[in-house]
Amino acid sequence: MNRSSGTKKKKNRLPVLAQAGPVSVWMILFVTLPLLFIIYVSFMTRGTFGGIEYTFSTESYRTILDPMYFSVILKSLKVAAVTTILCLLFGYPLAYFIARKPPETASKLIMLLMIPFWTNGMMRLNAWMLFFQVNGPVNYVLTHLGIVEKPVMFLYTDWLVNIGLFTNMLPFAVLPMYSSIEKLQKSLLEASSDLGADPVRTFLKVTLPLTFPGIFSAIILTFIPALGTYTVTDMLGGGKVLYIGNIIKNQFGTIRNWPLGAALSVLLLVITALLIFIYSRFAGIEDMEVV
Amino acid sequence: MSETIVTLQHVDKWYGDNHVVKDMNLEIAEGEFLTLLGPSGCGKTTTLRMIAGFENATEGTILVQGERVEDKEPYQRDVNTVFQNYSLFPHMTVYDNVAYGPSIKKVPKNEIRRQVREMLELVQMSGYEKRKPDELSGGQKQRVAIARALINRPRVLLLDEPLGALDLKLRKQMQFELKRLQKKLGITFVYVTHDQEEAMTMSDRIAVMKDGVIEQIDRPSVIYQRPKTRFVADFIGESNIFAGTVAEAADGLLRIRTPGGLVTAKAEGCRKDDEVYVSVRPESLNVSFEPKEGFSFRAVVTDSVYMGTLTKVLLQAEDGQEIKFSRFEETEGLSEGTEVWLYWNPEKAVVIPAGEAREG
Repeated sequence: MNRSSGTKKKKNRLPVLAQAGPVSVWMILFVTLPLLFIIYVSFMTRGTFGGIEYTFSTESYRTILDPMYFSVILKSLKVAAVTTILCLLFGYPLAYFIARKPPETASKLIMLLMIPFWTNGMMRLNAWMLFFQVNGPVNYVLTHLGIVEKPVMFLYTDWLVNIGLFTNMLPFAVLPMYSSIEKLQKSLLEASSDLGADPVRTFLKVTLPLTFPGIFSAIILTFIPALGTYTVTDMLGGGKVLYIGNIIKNQFGTIRNWPLGAALSVLLLVITALLIFIYSRFAGIEDMEVV
Repeated sequence: MSETIVTLQHVDKWYGDNHVVKDMNLEIAEGEFLTLLGPSGCGKTTTLRMIAGFENATEGTILVQGERVEDKEPYQRDVNTVFQNYSLFPHMTVYDNVAYGPSIKKVPKNEIRRQVREMLELVQMSGYEKRKPDELSGGQKQRVAIARALINRPRVLLLDEPLGALDLKLRKQMQFELKRLQKKLGITFVYVTHDQEEAMTMSDRIAVMKDGVIEQIDRPSVIYQRPKTRFVADFIGESNIFAGTVAEAADGLLRIRTPGGLVTAKAEGCRKDDEVYVSVRPESLNVSFEPKEGFSFRAVVTDSVYMGTLTKVLLQAEDGQEIKFSRFEETEGLSEGTEVWLYWNPEKAVVIPAGEAREG
């Protein structure tokens, strides 16, 4: 354990592409090139009948700064942030709980967490819609218990979108945090306690900093998809409330303003890159735990 | 010895159906270096962890400085631990690791700085303050772990196989240093190891444990020279153990019939027909080319190894038992196949009653 850490610094500096071998060809063809193409398109001009006119323009980026678009972006960021915070608040204790169970129990619990994701996402969202509609079971229970006088309009609210995103993203928050907490040596917590720290201080001074890589991975794995998603927001938000994901989808679909859609995609990319950059400042990027 | 600082009274520990520590009674004196010695799984680490508070005794009482500690969490106990795997906080520098205890106790910053400097000096790690544990060697990590525990000025320091991961040379050096530290600071050390040599060189007293029971607790020299049980005789140093029956007992001198032949040993309290073990250290054994008074035990030399400071000779008795014999001078005439007669000074042999498996 102590030997290997010394060699970490001297790891070989073969070009990344050479190390990855054939995989790099695949990545270049299907990830890098499309990505570059998106960036390229974002600087082009919108064709009159949709499509792209290949003349340079920053029109799309200026449109993003238009107050209407900008407020949607801000709102999307807010919803994604709330989702992420919810995922961390509920996910961390859950991850901790699972990580402290014996391995067999832990893997069963992880399985339980993942089972909903074996079902089709659209089916799941449809079920949600039925569940929360005006004459759905939730409203039925609430009105019959006398908690509310008349059925609540859950659908197409930011509130339901948030809950929907939260349940969708929770497993992706729990998994990296679980792996981080699970790796935490129990003897470090014992050492902390031995040196006089009560459980709260042990958590703040040892557990939290040492599981931070997992927490950050959880942030990236929830915040970015939550920001870019359009299925959840489309169905639970009913298209009534607009989010950045819906706008991108619409630009490529019905509205056919590809350069604007591309520019918005690039914006999402920049936000992602920024987050990862911040993280790599904090700790070595190789410590990042993505399951 | 001065007053007792740690007391274990009828302590039992069960893990499910596993009885790990059995009705243990132990008194540890203030300022002593006590070693819990035994093979893995004998309950020595569990005992230590119960004193530290990481494990609760299933039954029994543990007192530290006369106070019952069962209901106290580790962070409320006035003892500190040096862990087997060091357990340094990997995200903190050496300085922050050592300062952890005092900073939790809200000691003023400049006082912490002074204490950390003093501690790092004590373990000869000055100048390493800014390093991370990752950048230290095993021996250095262990020094930091010791400093991190000692800075809290515990009344008792618990050490769980602290040198287990180090290479032989470094281990010897650290043994010496630990002993020096312990003498200098006058802190009670409770030390867990499976290395009998380590226990011998460092301890004031050794408690030899087997299957959750202390087989014998005494000064190293007594443990070595007067083992009370067959297990202790076997586990501590090298020993030739002959099983036999007392054929004749007079004036404390026993004639014992073993499968290999007749031998003599001195012991009180044994009677004719008692089943006993006779334990003789390789260096206490003598060989001769003719039978000696009281002995008729023949053996054949099977191997002879010159080891620099001493020569080790392996012999085989008539019943096939392997016998170890060693001398500090070179042995002449003991080449392979030589037939010899064994004998020893009856006082140097230890007689262990076979019936009594163990004593507390």
